[in-house]
Amino acid sequence: MFNTKISKEELERISGVKTNKCMKCGKCSGTCPNFDGMDYHPHQFVDMVDKGNIEPLLQSDSIWTCLSCMACLQRCPRNVEPAKLIEAVRLAVVRQQDANHLHAEEIPELLDEDLPQQAIVSAFRKYKK
Amino acid sequence: MQVNEVEEKKEFTPLIVAFCCNWCSYAGADLAGSNRLNYPANIKIIRVPCSCRVNPLFILRAFQRGADGVILCGCHPGDCHYTTGNYYARRRMTTLFSMLDYLGIEKERTRVEWVSAAEGVKFAQTMNEFAEAITKLGENRKLRDLRCEK
Amino acid sequence: MQRIGVFVCWCGSNIAATVDVAAVAEALKNEPGVVFATDYQYMCSASGQEIIKDAIKEHNLTGVVICSCSPRMHEVTFRRTVEAAGLNPYMLEIANIREQCSWIHKDKAEGTEKAIILGRTAIAKVHLNAPLTAQESPVVKRALVIGGGIAGIQTALDIADAGFEVDIVEKNPTIGGKMAQLDKTFPTLDCAACILTPKMVDAGANEKIGLYTYCEVDKVEGFVGNFKVTIRQKPRYVDATKCTGCGECTTKCPSKKNPNEFNMGLDNRPAIYIPFAQAVPKLATIDPDDCIYMKTGKCGLCSKVCTAGAINYEQKEEFITKEYGAIVVATGYNQIKPTEFEEYGYNNYPDVVTSLEFERLMNAAGPTKGHLLRPSDGKPPKKIVFVQCVGSRGQSCRDKSYCSKICCMYTAKHAMLVKDHYPDVEVTVFYIDVRTPGKNFDEFYRRAVEEFGVHYVKGMVGKVSEEDGVLKVQASDLLANEQIHMDADMVVLAAAIEPNESARSLATMLTASMDTNDFFTEAHAKLRPVESPTAGVFLSGTCQGPKDIPETVSQASAAAAKVIGLLAKDHLLCNPCVSHSNELLCNGCSTCANVCPYGAIDYVTKEINDHGVRETRRVAVVNEAVCQGCGACTVTCPSGAMDLKGFANRQIMAEVDAICR
Repeated sequence: MFNTKISKEELERISGVKTNKCMKCGKCSGTCPNFDGMDYHPHQFVDMVDKGNIEPLLQSDSIWTCLSCMACLQRCPRNVEPAKLIEAVRLAVVRQQDANHLHAEEIPELLDEDLPQQAIVSAFRKYKK
Repeated sequence: MQVNEVEEKKEFTPLIVAFCCNWCSYAGADLAGSNRLNYPANIKIIRVPCSCRVNPLFILRAFQRGADGVILCGCHPGDCHYTTGNYYARRRMTTLFSMLDYLGIEKERTRVEWVSAAEGVKFAQTMNEFAEAITKLGENRKLRDLRCEK
Repeated sequence: MQRIGVFVCWCGSNIAATVDVAAVAEALKNEPGVVFATDYQYMCSASGQEIIKDAIKEHNLTGVVICSCSPRMHEVTFRRTVEAAGLNPYMLEIANIREQCSWIHKDKAEGTEKAIILGRTAIAKVHLNAPLTAQESPVVKRALVIGGGIAGIQTALDIADAGFEVDIVEKNPTIGGKMAQLDKTFPTLDCAACILTPKMVDAGANEKIGLYTYCEVDKVEGFVGNFKVTIRQKPRYVDATKCTGCGECTTKCPSKKNPNEFNMGLDNRPAIYIPFAQAVPKLATIDPDDCIYMKTGKCGLCSKVCTAGAINYEQKEEFITKEYGAIVVATGYNQIKPTEFEEYGYNNYPDVVTSLEFERLMNAAGPTKGHLLRPSDGKPPKKIVFVQCVGSRGQSCRDKSYCSKICCMYTAKHAMLVKDHYPDVEVTVFYIDVRTPGKNFDEFYRRAVEEFGVHYVKGMVGKVSEEDGVLKVQASDLLANEQIHMDADMVVLAAAIEPNESARSLATMLTASMDTNDFFTEAHAKLRPVESPTAGVFLSGTCQGPKDIPETVSQASAAAAKVIGLLAKDHLLCNPCVSHSNELLCNGCSTCANVCPYGAIDYVTKEINDHGVRETRRVAVVNEAVCQGCGACTVTCPSGAMDLKGFANRQIMAEVDAICR
């Protein structure tokens, strides 16, 4: 689908996450409110990036279904902050050239006046694929 | 004369002063001896109770009197016999070494190493490496008290 | 000018094979001040020592240099030798020409040259040596134990057993500590009270042991062997000499709705109370914050019913000052209240409890008389969820970075006890790792799983909420890669343990060091685990780090052994190589006191005669009994007033000069 190639080091750099700080307690996935909506779960993101097994994550729907609610980031006892890592994987896909699903001129039609600006921007970023 | 000078340069053996804390590094040096681990004879050890006893002035004095390198050895962080002495030493030496660097004394000429009483091998290795590095750097002329030279 | 004798040892062939010992002696003869130099096969042998003694007398030597093995080997031997010949033992220096010369070099010329340099370095140093006398300080033959939990009790019993007086200071009205609150103990499941209370009674009855309950340490002065401690006796408002502990007052007290600390606030106690039935000493104590008479001046019922006439509302706090030779810190731990972990709902749901609260709920003397009932509605729970590592092993600001160590085992115990008493209750434990390093510990945990059918799930609880009076637990099951949603009637949190809140101020009083978690630091992590770096201060139990009961008791006895070893001495010989300050140079800036790890430096204001000018100045004074001679102060002193005896600035400079000559 996408031909993104990104290394573990690059993901760690973008996100600021050190995956080897994880003690594999599973608190992130225990906290995640959208656990069932994700095929890869927060603790798997950390584990798979740590092992360099990144390709399945890039192809996964989880990067779009993650709510970015930051609950896992908030609760992680080791400050690993899985949400930032998921965001970094998402960015790796988003940042590709010419992969835009949504074009700028289409945006006004989709605007809902009641939505806060911040939510609109983050939603566009997420759903443009 | 010229030939002699060239020869002398080849055979340059640096003068190195090592300050070792009584509880860890001096015992480590003893262990290196007990295990017959070689290191150059031009390294002379001064025993101090703790690495924090080493006044920066001692190191300046060594350079002034013609030492080519000075190494300070203490217990590993957290293992200091006096609890915190090696932390003081580490801070003081960081400051001193950056000043020496500013004065033109290469960073490689000064060093702090943590050697425990069980690390005879590490002690010998460290001394060999250090002596080698100083030999490569050659004679230290900065800070030398010229009045001492005839 | 010193008259120095040089003695070069062959050490058989150990030195003589790679060092030309005769040449070394010959060369060192020409050093300034050297009046005698010789070599001998074995300097440390009796005849070798005779040579040294004879030479000292014959040549009127004032300093001795021995070129031999490491000073770590024979410094003590040779110090005795020169002392026997009438010289001060500190007028001796050893040049290490074996470990640091002959053994590491192969070339004889090289070895000889180095040995000469090492010899002249020692000569240069001994020129500046001064006679030193080790000070003696007497030892007060009494120990103080701070904290009356199992650690403090065990330490005190062991010290008393050796025949020394020992006092226990306990801030609560009774000794017993946390262990008194426990129900059963792992891994044998014997009841905590059954094994603890006999020890409490022993401690109370032992005539060598003084109990200072409801007291706190107010001030500590002095040093090893000679501590002067001020103890603050908080007012009980009950005359301890009259109270018989009958408990009549506690039943009549009208102010009954005060949270009972002993039962973790799960039930109430009167304003005048005895913490629990087996309390030692068994005395009533009035909590002035709860007492109606104290607050309004009306009531006085307890005073009326007390036939012994022990109630005294006018009692004031008292200060007791006593001297001690050694101090043992046994301040123990507290379990954190997981109020910051809102995801577990500890603040919102009464059925979410900590494990220490659960311990009281299981205990026959607890608020439910041993029947496991939910705090919210008093009904027996059918499903219990245990959560491990609450607040332990984390890096966020609300977490402790360390493993609390005891939780894995007590949770297995709780789970097992629940299943044993109520086999139909479903018990689930959420864990990150199960850590059971201890004798019969892993077997114990496996029994919980295999014999009692406790469900262990690898994963963490992310959320506890409530719907229609039922707790909803959301958690991860990492091995199944699932998120679990389950109902629970009770949730038990294995909250982290932390050092007692009184520890830090106590550490300051004792100048004992602490780590960032407020646990006391030991003098050496491996080899001196029960001593604090401060001489005369010893550590017992969880004040030093999380521990279970067997470990606490072992450490308590170890600390007692160290104290006994100290108290058995009449005098302490101090290390004479200590710091001292030059009053003329000292400017009283306190920099040295700040770096001193032992608190050995004090300041006095005194009149100084500075070259004819009389001035009153604040100057540093080193307590030689406390100083350990590290020398940190000598380097930090901005005016150069501090120096270290035996390793003086001038001596080390002379060594540097001799090496670089």
